[in-house]
Amino acid sequence: MRLKYEKPVITKVETGFMNKFGSSPLYARKIRKDIDGVSVEELVERFGSPLFVISERKLRENYKRLMQAFSSRYPNVQLGWSYKTNYLQAVCAVLHQEGALAEVVSKFEYEKARKLGMEGHQIIFNGPYKPYEALKLAAEEGAVINADHFDEIFELERVAQELGRQIKIGIRLNMDTGIYPQWSRFGFNLESGQAMDAVKRIASGDKLSLNGLHCHIGTFILEPEAYAREVKKMVEFAYEVEDKFGYSIEYIDIGGGFPSRIKLKGTYLSPDVLIPSVEEYAEKITQALYESLRPGDFPKLILETGRAIIDEAEYLITSIVASKRLPDGRKAYVADAGVNLLFTAFWYKFNVELAQEASGANEPAVIYGPLCMNIDVIDEGSMLPPLEKGSRLVFSPVGAYNNTQWMQFIEYRPNVVMVMEDGSVEVIREKEDLSDIERRERLPEKLKLK
Amino acid sequence: MQRIAQLAINEEGFVFDPVQGESFTVNQTGLLIIKALKEGKSQEEIIRELVNRFEVDEDKARIDLVDFIEKLRSLNLL
Ligand SMILES: Cc1ncc(COP(=O)(O)O)c(C=O)c1O
Repeated sequence: MRLKYEKPVITKVETGFMNKFGSSPLYARKIRKDIDGVSVEELVERFGSPLFVISERKLRENYKRLMQAFSSRYPNVQLGWSYKTNYLQAVCAVLHQEGALAEVVSKFEYEKARKLGMEGHQIIFNGPYKPYEALKLAAEEGAVINADHFDEIFELERVAQELGRQIKIGIRLNMDTGIYPQWSRFGFNLESGQAMDAVKRIASGDKLSLNGLHCHIGTFILEPEAYAREVKKMVEFAYEVEDKFGYSIEYIDIGGGFPSRIKLKGTYLSPDVLIPSVEEYAEKITQALYESLRPGDFPKLILETGRAIIDEAEYLITSIVASKRLPDGRKAYVADAGVNLLFTAFWYKFNVELAQEASGANEPAVIYGPLCMNIDVIDEGSMLPPLEKGSRLVFSPVGAYNNTQWMQFIEYRPNVVMVMEDGSVEVIREKEDLSDIERRERLPEKLKLK
Repeated sequence: MQRIAQLAINEEGFVFDPVQGESFTVNQTGLLIIKALKEGKSQEEIIRELVNRFEVDEDKARIDLVDFIEKLRSLNLL
């Protein structure tokens, strides 16, 4: 009788290679056969590969956990869903159903939120470029507008003039919170006095009134303490402004930036060790609020959390289309999804799971995408068993920034589906075909080939 | 092929390379191939042996053998 076949594998034994759990790294593997109970194989059969899969249940859970963490500690909390993180309509709609406002940073995103059914007053309008008509419309419709620079303040004064009434606005601040790099290109600098100059300007023009402060210190901020410093500085500034100019600061918007549970390239600790929970952020932030606020004063705390809500609610299923051996001996696989779909591959070391059992010992492997570009690597090195053509892998978390920053380069963008809470599966963005890509092109008459 | 002749191997798939002082592990098919290479067998002979001993067809055995030999080369074992 013939023995069961395994692809031949040889692996160098590194000292200290056996892990502390005693299981052999040669046979350790992560398997995920389903997403929220729907089998990966069935998903691919019905919707093709590659395939983005969003879990409605996980998305709602993440939102609720974040809000619970904050509202159990502070009485006045509101989330503005950061559209740029993922503005697929179904994702935004789930979060709006849960109670999130829309946080938009461009005319395009503003239009998207309005079309989805959000009213002007349910929109927070940020961003360094708000065209005049967009600013005017937002002001007319009662959006929360956070001004980014002096030119915008001047434009808003013009809008107020045209509308014949005073407009309430917020200003965006930037400050030193100990985070490097400091995001100093957005808003008015606090320490240099620029922010106070902006308030003086608003007061002297008398066409606007200041009712809020906004700041976003960066993304994937691993230090809860940085937010405590941010909050303290914002509250102190708010009181200074209130006392000097008589404004009432109704909201303190601390931006986004909480991390999701993923290993960044170049870090060695596992995310479980490195990444604080949302409760730790909530604790530091609300503590800082209570330490700085005057008794009985509870301005609205606005959060613009993006990544930490959506990232882990989305997966990408990809299929192996070829394998090869690199000159340095490593195994390499070509997958049908590359950095065209996984923009965050540039800094994430994704969690890679097999959608089927695989026999054979692990060996170090690289996973490339289908693009003709050297940078098209979606995993720079994982221990994987021999994978046959057609094997499926599940990459996660992929919910943040990929569905907005993906690029159409030599490939179509695939289906995006949502596994609904009742276990049904809905296509929420249909896969593209040639007509989507060429719809806006015009071929001059004399260039037509036949 | 002299390099491979010097490798010490045991039945559990543990391989020691005295030249580089390094250790390797191989699975059963890998072990069969290394033993056969040590004995100076040709690739066609090795493929036949794989097909006889394991549930694999000739084409797949050939692809995997070529890949494995490339891997041995990259480890300086060939
Ligand atoms: C103004 C603003 N708010 C919110 C966010 C969302 O950040 P994150 O996804 O890190 O939570 C960003 C992201 O860059 C931003 O610029």
